[in-house]
Order: sequence, then structure tokens, then C-alpha cells
Amino acid sequence: MKALFNWIDHRTGIRSLTKEALFENIPGGSRWRYVWGSTLTFALFVQFVTGVFLWMGYSASSGDAWESVNYIQNEMTGGWLLRGIHHWMAQAMPILLLLHLMQVLVDGAYKAPREVNFWFGVILLKLVLALSLTGYLLPWDQKGYWATKVATNLANLVPFIGPEIQKLVVGGTDYGHHTLTRFFALHAGVLPALIVLLVVGHIYLFRRHGITPAEPRKKKDAYFWPDQVFKDAVACLAVMATVMFFVIWYHGAHLSSPADPSEPFSAARPDWYFLYLFQFLKLPAFAGNKEVWGAIYIPSMFVGLICLMPFIGKWKVGHFFNVGVMFAFLGGAGALTYLAKHEDVSGSNSAIYLKALLDNERDARRAIELARHQGIETTALNLLKTDPKTQGPKLFAQHCASCHRYDGHDGLAHSLLDAKSLHDLKRRTSSFQRFASSEAIHPDWLARLKGGAKTNDWQTVQAVLSANIEGSYEVIASTKFKEAPSAPDLKGFASRQWIIELLKPEMYISSRFFGGTVHKDGDMYRRFLNRKVIKYNDEEKEMLKLVALALSAEAKLPLQSNIDEADETLIKQGVDHLIDDISCINCHAFQEPDPDVEGPDLTGYGSRQWIIDFVKNPEHEKFYPETNDRMPSFGKKNILTEKEIGLIADWIRDDYYKGSNSSVTN
Amino acid sequence: MDNNEEINSEGCTVPNQDAVDEAISNSDSAIVSEVSVDDRSSPVACHLSEVKIPAESEEGFTSEVDLEERRGFVKFLCIVIGGIVSAVPFGAGIWAYLNPLTREKEGGGDGFIKITTLDAIPANGTPAKFSVIADKEDAWNKFKNISVGAIYLLKEGGKVKALHTVCPHLGCFIDYRSSKNDFFCPCHNSNFKLDGSIVSGVSPRPMDPLKIEIRNKEEVWVKFQNFQPGHDHPIPLS
Repeated sequence: MKALFNWIDHRTGIRSLTKEALFENIPGGSRWRYVWGSTLTFALFVQFVTGVFLWMGYSASSGDAWESVNYIQNEMTGGWLLRGIHHWMAQAMPILLLLHLMQVLVDGAYKAPREVNFWFGVILLKLVLALSLTGYLLPWDQKGYWATKVATNLANLVPFIGPEIQKLVVGGTDYGHHTLTRFFALHAGVLPALIVLLVVGHIYLFRRHGITPAEPRKKKDAYFWPDQVFKDAVACLAVMATVMFFVIWYHGAHLSSPADPSEPFSAARPDWYFLYLFQFLKLPAFAGNKEVWGAIYIPSMFVGLICLMPFIGKWKVGHFFNVGVMFAFLGGAGALTYLAKHEDVSGSNSAIYLKALLDNERDARRAIELARHQGIETTALNLLKTDPKTQGPKLFAQHCASCHRYDGHDGLAHSLLDAKSLHDLKRRTSSFQRFASSEAIHPDWLARLKGGAKTNDWQTVQAVLSANIEGSYEVIASTKFKEAPSAPDLKGFASRQWIIELLKPEMYISSRFFGGTVHKDGDMYRRFLNRKVIKYNDEEKEMLKLVALALSAEAKLPLQSNIDEADETLIKQGVDHLIDDISCINCHAFQEPDPDVEGPDLTGYGSRQWIIDFVKNPEHEKFYPETNDRMPSFGKKNILTEKEIGLIADWIRDDYYKGSNSSVTN
Repeated sequence: MDNNEEINSEGCTVPNQDAVDEAISNSDSAIVSEVSVDDRSSPVACHLSEVKIPAESEEGFTSEVDLEERRGFVKFLCIVIGGIVSAVPFGAGIWAYLNPLTREKEGGGDGFIKITTLDAIPANGTPAKFSVIADKEDAWNKFKNISVGAIYLLKEGGKVKALHTVCPHLGCFIDYRSSKNDFFCPCHNSNFKLDGSIVSGVSPRPMDPLKIEIRNKEEVWVKFQNFQPGHDHPIPLS
């Protein structure tokens, strides 16, 4: 073994090189405050290793980037761990950079003759931040896409050549394949290569000038090995342990939903260490054409000032000035970061911001679920675009919710965890909760008493808290609607329960069904419900219930397929009652067309095709040729395509992939 | 300047590393010359100072044995911790890299794929090449009805025979040479008879036959699979 070492040493001089590295003199002995440079080198090493392995699974194209990152994160064994380490170490690096910079400044290690090394450090800091910026886009998710768009749009502000720079950075006029290939080449090629060169220069210059001891020196001089190495190793272990804590806690790193240029993401923010710059730009001083000052001139001047610090630091007062400036910067940046976060969770747009986070989380989970279940034939975004569960509510909110409701809301609300008591509701509404908890509730969101009479009256959480009625509350993330509903609530449309409720006279004219429409004065209410049903005896009531079963069976709802099959006999009886005893066919066509009746055709009522036909043209002779109340002919007037109407119908009918954990209930 | 010293690039006399090493390993009482660079002076200004190595004797380590033990233990810890923290990123990376070995391949059906109809195969026994169209799972993508390979079909005495187009040698695509009415691999010049048997060349086994079924009287279904190259008998890739 020794002979082998000698052989290698003779040819490489490795022994003296190692000794050179290890027996660096440290004036005043080893100190914990000297560890930051080593932890940074270690962090870079971890990023290089994990980065290369991630590279083996990553595909830099706008149709594959999210898909490949999702595959790494959710399908590959150990992929979450790999991506998690890379992500969380990237989060640790700005902190380590700052600690390193502050130690250098406070201990005066930036002063002559170490100016050049200090500048190397400043450039390295910039390069690491550039790595963060380029890396943020690579997953091609909503978060990275919209946040990076802001950053590249800022390039536009560069005087004279801004638009050209932007075009070069983006690889065209808009984001696409070349944005990713360019960002990836920078992230995995150019920037790491520059960093390696500069780190080598940085360490060489550091060794050339030796360490700057923190005064007063408490101990005698010692060598780098083993005492300082030991402290460095322990610090690296602490960094790694912290990173691993977050990796395991979050099971890797978050991936938001696939980038979608047609779907704004109101909660897109830069990574937390750029948040102060983001907030800085929001200052009124940089409004209008003065933005270039906040985005380019002032930050550039500040970096210029940092580069001049070695000269300013020649004087004792200059050194204090430098340290003071950096602490002031840290304080300012910290305050701006806090303000940015505070504005997001408590400001005037906080309800939108917090809901956007929930919306995105829902889409992200759905995309992951669909990718796993269906596989991705084109793109993950396309999976979402053709998914009734995702698109149905969006289309409903846009086109239907001005009159209809879905369980009292516009279809896009999120059911939150119930508030067990008024106190619980109040607690979860606090600012602190909104900063820190995923169960937080915004005061502008809606709540209603649980278990009481089934109404759809949501009130704002704020109003509920003022009313001060004790109880357990259902809570949804949705803001109050400007107008009251004027058409039926379509949650559970054509289900047994929905039809049974509809056929109760008092419910028919309530706001949940036809209370807001002309139909409340129509024959169905006046001549049937209010004249006959209201007087029904028990036997007739039972017949009406069977009619509801039979009518609901027409819809062939997937959620009811089991009970419809089991109740086949009852449904047949219901059909008989519908035709003979209750005589619905006096006003409705059923099983065969009847041009003489006024009410909507009940054949296939609530089925996919029935809903599509109805939405396409409610004034069709099958539905309300004379008595249609304000409902637009969405298909006839080309407001919605048949495909879009189909997505709404499938969503209302709960006819979509439910996910592996969902169970079908009646 | 004695043998234990050398002149560094800045013109200062410094102990050479062998001497330093020796001094450390010898005892705590060794005295060596050592360079310290004054941070407030120019890089070339340096002075020699005498430092007792190590200084820990003031911290309660009085005996040589204690000191050696402590030093050894610290060095040991450095190596252990360094090893652990360096292993973590490699461990995660290698675990993910090994994914192809642990990932189960999705199976389904009996493996038979409809290729063509009997009428599409030349009646005179000439082989015809057909694409195999099937669903394919490729990492994150699941493609429907795309080409996943090709096969030769030929009629041989009233029966249909299916041969893989991939050469059993090293996986090149085998051509049909109409001029010589044989199969020929253009990479390493193996050639095969129409029944797939070797005529000459380096292929370790005949062309890979594939199982065939005629369904509904005229549909040709083939159990399409790929085989490992280089063996003298076909071993399916899984």
C-alpha cells in the first residue's frame, strides 16, 4: 500500500499537495467563525453532485420539463430525496453566503491586500444567485414560470439594449423550448464552470494571504488540520442535517402545477431571498418609468459600493461605515421581506393570494394524480385541460355562476377543514396562522353552521365571528358573491336527493331551486306542487319518491350506478307512477317526443347528452321553447364549444377520474 | 536554514512539510519554526515565530498519550463526518440512478399484437416488413398506438413465420436483400436464410422467431418482444 502511495506521490506530488492544504497556519487557532467558507464549498459540492444526477432524469423542453421533474419527484425511487437535497441546499446557500460575507466584513478580511479576493467573493455571490434564478424556472411549473417572467421582463429595463437582452435571455419573444434550453445550459454548464474557476481563484488567493484572524486572538496559532477541519466538518454536518430535516419534512421539494400561459398565478413570487427586491420594486418611488431605478440602477450602485468597500475600509471609520452599511442593508432587506410576506397574507389582496395558493395546490395534485393514472400522451398541462374535475368548475364559474351556484358557491371554492367551534374559527383566522399554517382561514372567506337546516347561505367568516353563534362551522375558501343566486344550485343535479328536494313545494320556490326564476310562478308550482303535492297522502308521497328514483335513474349518474342497479324494481314502479299515477306526462314528454307539452323532456333527464343539449340551446322545443328564463343558448351562440359544455356536464355529474383513494358513495 | 526548512515563493523561510509532519507525530514538546503571515502587512512580509506544537498542553492535556489520543480521535471524527456528509448526495443520486433496475415493467394482456392480415403477406414467400404498433410507456410518457419495432412476416409452405428485425449479434436492423433473397445485417455482415438460420457471419444465434397466431381466420397476431443480444439462445428483455 505504502509502495503504491509512493509510486503515485512520485508522479503527482500528491503528498506535498495534501500537506500544503492541511497545514495552513491559522493565527490564533481554530475558530467556529471561520467555518462558513468551507460550508459554502461543501454546499457547492452537494449541488454539483445532486445536480449531475438530476440532469440524468431531466428534460429541458417546455413539453417535458414539468413531466420529467414530476417523474423524478413522484415516480423514481429516491428521486424525491435527490431533488429535495438539491432544492433545500439551494435554500441554505444564500444564508451561508450572507454569513460568510458578514464574517469577512466584520473581521476586516476584505481589506488590503485582499481586495481582489473580496471581489472574487462578490462575483461568486452573484453567480450563486444566478444559479438560483435559472434553477427556479427549470421545473416549468406555475410558480417558476410566472416568477421568472417578472425577472426576465426586468431585463427589458436595461437602457438602450434591454429588449435585445431579454430576447437573448428568453431565446425568443416568448417563453418556450429555447428559454429552457438556455436557462438549463446556464444553470448546469456556464455558471457552474465559472463558479469552479472563481472558487479555485478564491481559495488560492485566500491561501496566498492567509486567514485574517478575528481579534483578539484567544489561542496560539495552529494548523488547519485537524482542529479547524473538525470544526468545518461539524458545521457541514449541521448544514446537511438541517437540509435533510426539510427534505424529509416536505418529502422532497414542492412542485406546483404545470406552467400555463393562459392561467395566471396570483401567488407567483420569487424565491424568498429575492423577496426584498420584489417588495423594493413595489415602493411608490419606483412607479411608472422610474422602475429602472429600483430594478437596475440602485441595486447596481449598491453592488458597486460593496466592491469599493476594501478601499473605504482603509480608514478605521470607513470599516465601521462598511459594516454599518451591510447591517443596514440586512435590516432593510429583512424588513422588506417581512412586508412582502405580510402584504401577501394580510394585505388587501391577501384573500386572492391565499386562494391562489390553494388553487395551484389543487391543480398540482390533480396533474400528478392524472399523470400517474392516465400517463402523459402529450403534456401534463393537456391532462389538466381535458380534465372535467379541473376545467368544469372554471368554466362554470365563468359562464354559469352569475345565476347558478354549486353548493352555494361558484364551483371554485375549496372546502377547508371544519372549524370545531367559534374559538377554533377565530384562532385560524389570525394573521399569525396565515403566516405559518396551511389550515389558516381568511376573514373574507365563507362559513356556515354545520348540521343545521340545509341552506346554502354562506356568510363571511368575519360576519360569522361578529354574529357570535357557538357551533361547528363548515368553511370554504371563496369570497362572497356580489349577486344572490337566481337559478338552481346544481350540486348533485339530477341525483335522487336533488330531485326529492326539488319536488318539495317550499323548496321549489326557494333560492336553491327556482325561487329566483319565472318558473316559481309556472304551472309546475302553481298547478302541480302547490295544488296537488301539498295535499298528498302518505301513499302518494311514496309514489312521488319512486318517481324521483325513476327520474334520477334517467341520468345514469356514475355515483348512483350501484343503487340504480339494486333498485331496478322500484325504478320500474317509479316509471309507471311517472306515466300514470302522478301523470308527469301531462306536461312533460317522457320516453317518446310529445310536441304538445310545455315542460322539459324528461327522457334521459340529467344524462350527459341531456345536459349538453340543454346548455347548447335551452329554447329548443325539447326544453323551454316558450318559458326559458334568461339562460343563454351557449352552444347555438358559440359561447361555449360542445367540448367545453361536456366538461361542465361531466363535472356536475361527478363523472371523472376520482383518484386512487376516493371511494364511491351514494 | 537546516534540512527541515525551505524557501517559499515569498522568500520566507518556512518549515518543510515533512518536518512539520514529523514534529506533530513525535510529541507535544517538539519545537518547530513556523511562519505566520501578518494580515495587516504586505504578503511578502513575514516573520518567523516559534510555536510549541501543540498548544493544547495548556488545556489540560498534560500527557503525551492523552494528546495523541485526542488528536487521533479528532482526526478520526473528521474522516467519519466528512465521509457521511459527502456520502449523502452521492447516496441519493445513486439511489435515483438505479431506478431502471428496480422499476417494474407494466404488463398487460397476453402480449400478442395485431400486425396485419394474411392477404398483406406476399404469397410467393418473399418476406415483408411490418411495423409493430402498440402502446408504449416511456418514462413519464404513455404513448398510444405508436411504432415500437418491426418484424418480417413470410409465408413458408402455407404457414406464416415471424422473425424479429433486430440482429441477435449487437442489435442492428437486419435488411432483406432481394437480389440474393436473404437477410443481411449491414453492421457486421452476418447473413441469414429466409427461415432465419445463419449462413455466415458473427451472429451467435439465428434470427429471433416470434410466436404467431392467426385470429378470426385472417388476422395475424404476433407476440412481440425484444431479446438480449450476444447470447446463443434468445433471452427476452424484461
